[in-house]
Amino acid sequence: MAAITLIEALTQAMAYEMREDPSVLVLGEDVGVNGGVFRATSGLIQEFGPGRIIDTPLDETTIAGLAVGLAAQGMKPIAEAQFDGFMYPMVDHIICHAARMRNRTRGRLSCPMVLRVPWGGGIRAPEHHSEANESIFTNVPGLRVVIPSSPQRAYGLLLAAIRDPDPVIFFEPKRIYRQYKEEVPDDGEALPLDVCFVLRDGSDVTLVTWGSQVKETLEAAEALEKQGISAEVIDVATIKPLDFETIHESVKKTGRCVIVHEAPRTAGFGAEIAAQLAEKAMFDLVAPVERVTGFDTHIPLFRLEMKYLPSAEKIIAAVKRSLAVS
Amino acid sequence: MGTGVRFEIDYLQYLDAEGRLLNPDLPEFARDRAQLVGLYREMLKVRCFDAKAVALQRTGKLGTYASCIGHEAAHVGIGSGMQIDDVLAPSYREYGAQFVRGVKPREVLLYWGGDERGSDFSGPAHDFAWCVPIGTQCLHAAGAAMAFKLRDEPRVAVACVGDGGSSKTDTNAAINAAGAYGLPFVLCIINNQWAISVPRDSQTGAETLAQKGLAGGLECLQVDGNDIIAVKAAVEFAVKRARHGHGGTVLELITYRLSDHTTADDARRYRDDEQVKQAWTREPIKRLKNYLMAQGWWSDQEEQDWTVHSNAWADAEVDAYLATTVQPLESMFDFLYAEAPHDVAEQREQALAWEKR
Repeated sequence: MAAITLIEALTQAMAYEMREDPSVLVLGEDVGVNGGVFRATSGLIQEFGPGRIIDTPLDETTIAGLAVGLAAQGMKPIAEAQFDGFMYPMVDHIICHAARMRNRTRGRLSCPMVLRVPWGGGIRAPEHHSEANESIFTNVPGLRVVIPSSPQRAYGLLLAAIRDPDPVIFFEPKRIYRQYKEEVPDDGEALPLDVCFVLRDGSDVTLVTWGSQVKETLEAAEALEKQGISAEVIDVATIKPLDFETIHESVKKTGRCVIVHEAPRTAGFGAEIAAQLAEKAMFDLVAPVERVTGFDTHIPLFRLEMKYLPSAEKIIAAVKRSLAVS
Repeated sequence: MGTGVRFEIDYLQYLDAEGRLLNPDLPEFARDRAQLVGLYREMLKVRCFDAKAVALQRTGKLGTYASCIGHEAAHVGIGSGMQIDDVLAPSYREYGAQFVRGVKPREVLLYWGGDERGSDFSGPAHDFAWCVPIGTQCLHAAGAAMAFKLRDEPRVAVACVGDGGSSKTDTNAAINAAGAYGLPFVLCIINNQWAISVPRDSQTGAETLAQKGLAGGLECLQVDGNDIIAVKAAVEFAVKRARHGHGGTVLELITYRLSDHTTADDARRYRDDEQVKQAWTREPIKRLKNYLMAQGWWSDQEEQDWTVHSNAWADAEVDAYLATTVQPLESMFDFLYAEAPHDVAEQREQALAWEKR
């Protein structure tokens, strides 16, 4: 078995499910012959044809609205937004329709669609191509919000998202699309959409993150280990619904928690995790919760973007602040 | 300069405002007494229902309600021009189309009465529910049409939108997608002249709303939306074309909103009584009645009997609505997902515990 990248794992998952389930189709801009601007659908039109790998007119509203209509009438569309910053015209259909369809019809209609969104900064892209806007969608009842961070988890979580009977916003950390390769068996095994993944065991501090920041967080944990500090690393992966139990169990052990995300700090999803720690884990904590996040600014154009994004150094500094409290 | 392409928009009308036949080339259904009387009966029923619904709102037994008075020919014409396997994507006042398709009046009342069960139609289970954000339903219909085309099903998706909704991105996007993919899609732009307080002429500089379909490559037709013979004929034409793979159509059905926008609106603030009075001379029920009477197909006695029947029917639906109990608290959690995630399940338990405190 050849090792593959995260984005190749996404392609593999889509191809697997399209072979299994004739109702699954892909639609988006340039997803056909071009294979998507990131090549997530590369080769799929050759196998499945233009009836199932569907190039759309250049209009995000169209993509989302068609996906809702398709999903409500028995198909399982995987809609692709080309970039995070271009998904806003889709939001009316996601919030007012996809997320509400089952509830407002008392289950008569439903909307089993996936919206795949290349997400986040750090690839030296133009304006509007680097947004970390996941927390917006965690405040929308009826959605699931997923962000994988490894080839294996990308495969298993995307399969689960496609099979899920309700709408899933699937954010793809484009900065680590091709960070490394690992073996991903094409066995059709989905991963659960309601658990965090403990990537590294530790006893001194709990590092909680998701998406591209898993990279910096693991780097920070390795550096800390060399300094004799044992950091547990949790990839939240599915931020809605949040598996708080796994985070809580870890904090019971470590007493300290540093939350890392690249989205702006205020009302970023780290705030929800911190709130739940305050509600449910107050007496397990021995130090205040630390957050390492983007600033409450727009992510700058790319000359400065790495100054905006959390770094391993910032994470290590936050851990040190936490450890200084005894 | 040569000609690039020229376009024309045809206009379809059979009956004038007085019910006189303008076009003797009637469609088959209009030559059949039973069918035409059947359509008339449906329109009368809808008007009886509408009056009851407004009265319910005025007496505090219904929430805000969007009246359909004046639209009976447009709505019943749309519903009766479709087949049951087709899918309807309404906006929020096309009850006449929905009743023909099997939605119950009590469901309309439940919806406007603040109960989600109203959108759980006992009629065609595949029809879309009401769509309050303007125009989004047009793309859902296009998506449905795409599903039918992909599965090679001989079905058609029909969307309804208003003159105001013809300005929305989604409406134009649906027209564009339907043309690009050759979808079995019919868009009925129900031009009732008013988008709450903004008149038709302020929506667009286009001479017709039907021509909105031209840019997407769809067939376009303007129709007297108060003439049910014309509406049904146009819908049947469009649906047939779509079903046979000949592509989508935009129909502009010209009518008039004889009521306020909703019961929360007061149209006297922005339009003259004189205009409304004029519109009443063109309303759809009177003209078909005149035509039927002239044919000897309908009588004052039948009118009286059917009105009694329709009122009794509407009253029974009102009673059924008023007899419904409020949904249990947990219903707000139970339909959110196919299976409640742990956070929703936890909040459900908390909500129930609070109720039982």
